[in-house]
Amino acid sequence: MSGLILLNTASAGTLESSDCLVTVSPAEKLKLEYKGANSEIFAERTKAIVENVLKKYGLGGAEISIQDQGALEITIKARLETAVSRACKGAAGQ
Amino acid sequence: MEMVLNSLGRKVPLELSGAGSFSPYASPYAMLGRPGAFGGTRIQLRRPMPSRSKIVENIEKAVELSGLQNGMTISFHHHLRNGDAVMPMVLDVLEKMGFKGLTLAPSSIPDVHDCIADYIRSGLINRLYTSGVRGELGKLLSRGELEIPVVIRSHGGRARGIEEGSISIDVAFLAAPACDPLGNITGSTGPSACGSMGYAMTDARYARHVIAITDNLVDYPLNPRISIPQYLVDSIVCVESLGDPKKIATGAARITRNPVDLKIARDSFLLMKASGIVERGFSFQMGVGGASLAVAKYLAEYMREKGIRGSFGLGGVGGYLAGMLEEGLFDAVFDVQSFDSAVTKSIHEDPRHIEIDSSWYANPFNAGCLVNNLDCVILAALEVDCDFNVNVLTGHDGALRGASGGHQDTAAGAKLSIVAAPSFRGGVPSIKERVTTITTPGETVDAIVTERGICINPRREDLLGSALKAGLPVVDIEALKEEVEKLTGVPRPPEFDCDKIAAVVEYRDGTLIDTVYARKQ
Amino acid sequence: MKPCRSMLYIPGDSPGMIQHAPVFGADSILLDLEDAVAIAEKDAARKMVACFLQDYDFKDLIVTVRVNGADTEFFDDDLSEIIPCLPAAVRIPKCNGPADVLSADKKIEEIERANSIPVGKVRIHAMIETAVGVENAYHIASACPRVEAITLGGQDLTADMGVKKTKEGWELFYARSRVVVAARAAGVAVYDTVWADINDKEGLLRECRSIVGLGFTGKAAIHPDQIETIHQAFMPDEKELKKAVRIVEAAEKAKNEGKGVISVDGKMVDAPVVARARHLLELADLYGLERSGS
Repeated sequence: MSGLILLNTASAGTLESSDCLVTVSPAEKLKLEYKGANSEIFAERTKAIVENVLKKYGLGGAEISIQDQGALEITIKARLETAVSRACKGAAGQ
Repeated sequence: MEMVLNSLGRKVPLELSGAGSFSPYASPYAMLGRPGAFGGTRIQLRRPMPSRSKIVENIEKAVELSGLQNGMTISFHHHLRNGDAVMPMVLDVLEKMGFKGLTLAPSSIPDVHDCIADYIRSGLINRLYTSGVRGELGKLLSRGELEIPVVIRSHGGRARGIEEGSISIDVAFLAAPACDPLGNITGSTGPSACGSMGYAMTDARYARHVIAITDNLVDYPLNPRISIPQYLVDSIVCVESLGDPKKIATGAARITRNPVDLKIARDSFLLMKASGIVERGFSFQMGVGGASLAVAKYLAEYMREKGIRGSFGLGGVGGYLAGMLEEGLFDAVFDVQSFDSAVTKSIHEDPRHIEIDSSWYANPFNAGCLVNNLDCVILAALEVDCDFNVNVLTGHDGALRGASGGHQDTAAGAKLSIVAAPSFRGGVPSIKERVTTITTPGETVDAIVTERGICINPRREDLLGSALKAGLPVVDIEALKEEVEKLTGVPRPPEFDCDKIAAVVEYRDGTLIDTVYARKQ
Repeated sequence: MKPCRSMLYIPGDSPGMIQHAPVFGADSILLDLEDAVAIAEKDAARKMVACFLQDYDFKDLIVTVRVNGADTEFFDDDLSEIIPCLPAAVRIPKCNGPADVLSADKKIEEIERANSIPVGKVRIHAMIETAVGVENAYHIASACPRVEAITLGGQDLTADMGVKKTKEGWELFYARSRVVVAARAAGVAVYDTVWADINDKEGLLRECRSIVGLGFTGKAAIHPDQIETIHQAFMPDEKELKKAVRIVEAAEKAKNEGKGVISVDGKMVDAPVVARARHLLELADLYGLERSGS
């Protein structure tokens, strides 16, 4: 997958424990805001997950906010991918 | 400051200005097995005029009579838990009276007492001895705001410290749920009833001056049960209330329905069973949280089915253990601290429910404490490591947020010590290469039971054999650590300011097992 | 085929439960994209399930996925995203007849080919939850080799029949009997519907015993608490097990000696009886029971 364009702001996920709430908006560069009890100890890990997902979708940048409620890597990845694909679909799509 | 490596490879100080000198930890039993008696604190004698009432009008007056001076040591018990209003009430009076530089040496600090942080900032308190710290206070201490490091002691270690004199209490303030005019006290009746007063009993015995604070003055003599006798109490202050009864005596803890905790509990029980210790005369201690209490459920079902009668239950006693006593599954229960309202009735009415002081419970330096007679203890953990060391004191950010409690005491005493903990919690793995802080040495931990398998300490080949024979899901701790890290990622270890010690952690025998540094700002 | 007594429903949009799936002790799980997921979260659940299937180690757990029905806009997307992640099977809801199975089979085959997956790798569990589905049960079960199991959906079926679902379950007695016979005739596994009252374990055990008696090979669970009870009902009894050991031993002996006729305790034993005895022994292995027959 490459060359996707983010059209709007979209979210995915919940604030339940073991989940995370991800919000993605269009932006030139990557701007990541990572919040939650684990934000210090998992800062690098989460940044790497985000960069991988952006790369997979061929996105050069995005403004991303993650509220982490103790999610596993797989969960963060899934929520990110859902938010990105929702943001790509455009306002009419959802 | 001179630092040395102890036998677990942790750097500990030999001397701390303001907190005394220490030896490094060597092994769980290094200080034991030495014949003969040695020093110790005696009961402090007084020469009051005979009197028929020790009631004084308020706390201020009682403090004046006590002769408390700047720099002295005061103590409180934590039996009222999060319902306690006495510690804040007294500290407020002491602050207004203008005291400075006191040492605060409570048996532990309930979560709600963030006010202590203010009294540290104001200079009222400049030294702290406790079993644990949480919340705002923990964060403040982890920023290194207290000049003199906190000394963390286990419940047994504190009893030892008081009896050997390394903790010398000048004035003990005792919240007393029932008290008569001459100072006979119990915790088992009254609107603020809390059950056992085990920790307060030790303070009352050795403090230079004892002030009882009660909201329930009863006719002389208090009867039928007296936990602390009148000859140890100097004065009595009557107040409206000791605190919030709902938080003092919480409802009986319910067995968890969390399937992960239940799986851990079940496998913990199966390991106990496989080890062969669950038989007539069996003795047991458990916590009240999460998986721990659920272990008792499986244990009780099994004992009932097989007609097994245990010798004693020990604790930290909650309603579930009291129920097992009532049912006849144990001959007796020894109770140093009660956990919920169900227990208060049992301790008051059932002579087999025996109130014990903290020295009897866990002091390694008396002629025989109860933890040494345990067959099995189920323990919790914040973190464990591949050497089976346990941390119950610092969180994954390195801040103080737990308590040593009876953890290291029971682990050392019990024949089988099981740490029951989920393999990851809130997305963070519980198994580390090295725990942030060692509170209980791996030498005294036999197994770590997680929902993803049971790790058996290689020192216990016999237990490994029994577990495998019983078909239990045994896993290598390194392999489990890797399995979990694959899911969670590897957390960045907390960064510390190694020039600033926030706390030192004593082992039960008084040697230093670890050092907690201030977090890097 | 390894016996599969329990199938635990886990909502596909619930990472907190999926992450503990191997811990609950079920023989299999069903990650649900259908009824457990709100319409607005269908894409999120699909992605969550796909990511777990790709990256998570479920160990020996058999993982199946319930996709949304063919009559929904989600069906095609569900299949094209889930099939390449190789669940053991997908459960197709509301199969009314063989055509429903065959159309899913065709779609799955196309996806398998496009992703270089051996055709037939991902099996179908056909869910029967309408009156017409029950009447077509055998044709559904034998529609194509991809069908590995049929499953009974009690809630929707009772609704379709205009009756109340009761704890006694007489309203499902005919349907249960019919799908079990159909499954046996087609040689596929057959799962019973869920027990809704998670607090009533006695009721669950009673129902489990009766569906084991009818011939179901497994039962769905809606809460991890139910798994132990379900397994309890499938446990072979000691006497039966001892006999099974003797039957299997006799069958082995007859085979080694080149005899066609198997006899145990002086009685002739037919092939289906031997097959059942073997199945009982496999079950016994799951419970760690000693085969102390001979």
